[in-house]
Amino acid sequence: MNRWKALAAVLGAAVFAGRALAAEVVINGSTTVLPFVQVAVERFAAAHPEVKMSISGGGTGNGIKALIDKTSQIAMASREIKKGEVDQAKVKGVNPFETTVALDCIVPLVHPSNPIENLTFEQLKKIYTGEITNWKDVGGPDAPLAVIGRDSSSGTYGTWQEMVVEKGGGKRRVTPRAQVAASSGAMLTMVAGNKFAIGYDGIGYVDSTVKAVKVEGSAASVTSAKDGSYPLSRKLYLYTDGEPAGGVKAFIDYLLSADGQKIVLDTGFINIQ
Amino acid sequence: MTVKKAACFGGLGDRIAAWTALSISTVCILIMGFILFFLVWESLPVLRTTTLSDLLTGMDWYPQEEPPALGMLPLIASSLAVSLLSSLVGLPVSLAIAVFTAEAAPRALRNLVKPLLELLGFLPSIVFGFLGMAVLAPWMQERFNLLTGLNLANASALLGVMMIPTVGSLADEALRAVPQELRAASYALGATRWETIRRVVAPAALPGILSASLLGVMRAAGETMVVLMAAGGAAILPKNLFDPVRPLTSTIAAEMGETPVGSAHYHALFFAGLILLSITLIINLLSSYVETKGLRMKGGG
Repeated sequence: MNRWKALAAVLGAAVFAGRALAAEVVINGSTTVLPFVQVAVERFAAAHPEVKMSISGGGTGNGIKALIDKTSQIAMASREIKKGEVDQAKVKGVNPFETTVALDCIVPLVHPSNPIENLTFEQLKKIYTGEITNWKDVGGPDAPLAVIGRDSSSGTYGTWQEMVVEKGGGKRRVTPRAQVAASSGAMLTMVAGNKFAIGYDGIGYVDSTVKAVKVEGSAASVTSAKDGSYPLSRKLYLYTDGEPAGGVKAFIDYLLSADGQKIVLDTGFINIQ
Repeated sequence: MTVKKAACFGGLGDRIAAWTALSISTVCILIMGFILFFLVWESLPVLRTTTLSDLLTGMDWYPQEEPPALGMLPLIASSLAVSLLSSLVGLPVSLAIAVFTAEAAPRALRNLVKPLLELLGFLPSIVFGFLGMAVLAPWMQERFNLLTGLNLANASALLGVMMIPTVGSLADEALRAVPQELRAASYALGATRWETIRRVVAPAALPGILSASLLGVMRAAGETMVVLMAAGGAAILPKNLFDPVRPLTSTIAAEMGETPVGSAHYHALFFAGLILLSITLIINLLSSYVETKGLRMKGGG
């Protein structure tokens, strides 16, 4: 009989614990953050069927908007929340709470046939502002330079703008002749398909179809981003309304656990431990 | 009297059908009206940040800056250039195909070509975009020694091919709808086949051909995926065929996702939608003007 009681207690506890987590968790936001959060959601949902999870990537701005409108519980962001967005949130009684979940490194990319190995910040800046239009001016062959950037609303564009284009004095605008890749995947295809191209992408997307270029002599890698020696890296965030609780907390704890951070590494980003 | 007669004509079944049709069409019109209202409502606030002339004639599109630079002239010019060029590619081919299937081809060949043509129309636009990006662009760059293969010519060629099934198929129907007696009369007067097509059948089918072409042009103007993937996306005034361009549609598609809602940039993107609507509206009005004028000329002649 005792055994039955124990079983009942365990079942009761399980149901209760389930209740505690039972909630719908809607995640929305940056497509840069999406890949590893998506895998984490799948694994987490398999272990916690009582938490209903749904995830979509509409961009950092949309994610934060959804958090403010309370249509989602977690916003994925590849940039820090803007002051205007915090103000809007406060008006609606939402208090954005920031959790850093991973590091991302942005890597300049060229066509595999390009002999260029290394570029300085100044060279990158001059290429993107349109002052340098030929590869020979940065030590390459005498060939025109096809500049490819991201759409001005993407988080990757924002980071590149801040860390490269607006660095130092002089021009602060990307040349209007720059082509635009509408997604991280499109950037890869465009650089891989054009021998004159230069572009940039998060390290998670870089594969062997393109060639990664060193920045100021430092190659992008997990170790160089973590120890800070690679100069083009950034944090990726999850935003919640107030400190996470219930199912939201359980999920974020999972993402920050050893298992979750392994997913971050496996999808090509860098863990924060 | 007549009203009463009509009312009791059908009984319950007819009345139900009439009410269903009425309510469905009312809902549709209301939804369309609401969309238009929403578009205007969301786009007008941009005028608080910038002026109409800066929007329409400004050369710089840097919507992320503080204050944002929201000049849309390069985007508008790109949209117009892409629509025009793709029409130049697509319309003549479509009409030639239509004349062939409707007037010249033997029945067996027509039964083969027509379904094939319609099958081409089922291809999703993203497939065209992918072809442009992965196949046409590298080939174009190599062949013409260009800075980039993603450009005005690439996108226009794809859009031109994309409009062929729709325009060709509809124009074919229009030509076939011309009564056989007209052709017979023309032949009886000693006209050749080409004279008959040119002088009798084509003018008679003109309204149908025009609206078919119009549908093609509008599809090109409103197409998003292909230009997003294959047009290159540089916000400059296109000066030659191989310049990368950035039409209004691809700008909206690329930027809407990450734009802070309520910002000037957000409203500017809605305004871009409104411009797009105006462009298609103007094309529509122009063509109906041409159509009525054509009909009148025919009546006079």
